[in-house]
Amino acid sequence: MDYGRGHHKSARQLPEEGPAFTYTPENRAKLDEICARYPADQRKSAILAALYLAQHQQGYLTRNAMKHVAAAIGCTPADVEDVVTFYTMFYTRPVGRHVLQVCRTLSCALMGAERVTEALSETLGIAPGETDAAGEFTLLEVECLGACDRAPVVGVNDHWHECQKPEDARALVDGLRAKGAAVLTGCYLRVERGSSAK
Amino acid sequence: MELFLTPFIKEPNSFTLDFYLQKGGYQALKKAVGMTPDAVIDAVKASGLRGRGGAGFPTGMKWQFVDKKSPKPKYICCNADESEPGTFKDHVLMERNPHLLFEGCLIGCHAIGAKIAYIYIRGEFYHVQEVLEAELARARAAGYLGKNIMGTGFDCEIYVHRGAGAYEAGEETALIESLEGKRAQPRIKPPFPAVEGLYGCPTAVNNVETLCNVPLIIERGAEWFAKLGPEKNGGPKLFCISGHVKRPGTFEASMNVTLKELIYDERFAGGIRGGHQLKCVIPGGSSVPVLLPDQIDVPASFDGIAQAGSMLGSAGIIVMDETTCMVWAAENLLHFYKHESCGKCTPCREGGDWLHRLLGKIERGEGQLRDLDLLLSISNNILGKTLCAFGDAAATPVLSTIKMFRAEYEAHIREGRCTVPAPWRSSSARALAAH
Repeated sequence: MDYGRGHHKSARQLPEEGPAFTYTPENRAKLDEICARYPADQRKSAILAALYLAQHQQGYLTRNAMKHVAAAIGCTPADVEDVVTFYTMFYTRPVGRHVLQVCRTLSCALMGAERVTEALSETLGIAPGETDAAGEFTLLEVECLGACDRAPVVGVNDHWHECQKPEDARALVDGLRAKGAAVLTGCYLRVERGSSAK
Repeated sequence: MELFLTPFIKEPNSFTLDFYLQKGGYQALKKAVGMTPDAVIDAVKASGLRGRGGAGFPTGMKWQFVDKKSPKPKYICCNADESEPGTFKDHVLMERNPHLLFEGCLIGCHAIGAKIAYIYIRGEFYHVQEVLEAELARARAAGYLGKNIMGTGFDCEIYVHRGAGAYEAGEETALIESLEGKRAQPRIKPPFPAVEGLYGCPTAVNNVETLCNVPLIIERGAEWFAKLGPEKNGGPKLFCISGHVKRPGTFEASMNVTLKELIYDERFAGGIRGGHQLKCVIPGGSSVPVLLPDQIDVPASFDGIAQAGSMLGSAGIIVMDETTCMVWAAENLLHFYKHESCGKCTPCREGGDWLHRLLGKIERGEGQLRDLDLLLSISNNILGKTLCAFGDAAATPVLSTIKMFRAEYEAHIREGRCTVPAPWRSSSARALAAH
């Protein structure tokens, strides 16, 4: 959950009720498989995985989704909300198809991450924290992604795009529109090959 | 220099089971399972292996403290939450050499009598998790995981558990809380995890790089390991170098190497980027004190860097050149700590936010001299007054930058603007700081 603008961590903001929610049979089966990794009386351990499944299914988490997750895990909706509001990777508002997460922490900042954010913001016409009108892109500033040698790093959904310069913003946005995640470079080996080929 | 943890990482298939087996993989496991658990722990103790996550606590001792007489199940939790700013070694090991980690987990489980190891991986490492899950499935199918591993009668499972974005989950008791499906907030210690950890059971929490060293010790011997580096700082070590250097990256070396060599030597980061001079170094992840250029000619070991006045920590070496404003650097890091504070302890939750606001005020040229005393006072009221080391980590960037660069803080206040131009910052940020 994004605490970025205007409210303190301890401020409680109820997510919207949202449409009715139930897991697809595939997601329900995946959840059961994950629950089997933990002792039978510790299903709550699967709560993060259960929330990821719900978020992938619906794009973001609503109160109805949290209630369903609570029933599937066997805990209270308050337990689920407690977790959702703590971790940054759960969204309680709709986000774009591509969530661009620019690392803003020291190593990336030293290599110009602020200018990458600025360039992406200008290219997309949205400020950090916002989603464009078409629901295609969300721009976020996030803390250290753990790829500081490939700074600045931009996380795109569940993958990385590394060694970004401000002038690459247009190509990244156009590339994602045209080819999706295939344009991302964020794999250790792929980057390694790229640099040795120079 | 011979590499032990990362010799093949640039080869395309280095992460596969077949490749690992070709290079003699899983032989250490076979050997370890043939030893008694106590003999394995003794070997790890004799090697002097110290935890690679940050604290440098001896791994053999940690395993010995696990309450083996307890009737409850035991667990290994591998800490793959790697979130310390400037640290990026564990994801290289997991992505390029995952079976070394699995072998380390399995040997650890044998040593403490556990049947399950959980690898707690940070949520942002999804692409790494995909590699781990696929290779775990291969290892399971080939009999290196599950029931009767390699025909030895040893049963053990490894599961990957994905976090969801919380720096605090890297603290061992917070990691356990998160694994139990709660907020990643630390517990009061004692009881330590070795007595009451995951699900209230005896648990050992070990870093990825730590566990990756275990098969090497079993295979090559404790003596070999201990000799590979200064006394009490044995074994191979991964160093992560980022910031204003020519060749940032993860480099393996023994801890005989000096911090200066790591930054300047052509085998490592290759020196400061063209036309610039070194201003300072954070040697062990953002939570440790900064070192000046005349303090870095010391062994990059736990004890060597401690003698220089800082800590090796996670070996995340962040290098800054003369274009870096130290008030801004502290503000940047306090934004991180304010954002990542789990909120459990008041000094850290409120103090981090307060420090960040004061630093922003000084950086924008709106500070007063008394703000420096206030920064020191708040920092000293966080230091040592929180349940976990996070509080100390948040106070350290402020205390150490004021200690080393007080004149720079005073210049900001006197001139009413940021006095270091930092051309790589955004135009709007520069305009705000220089107004």
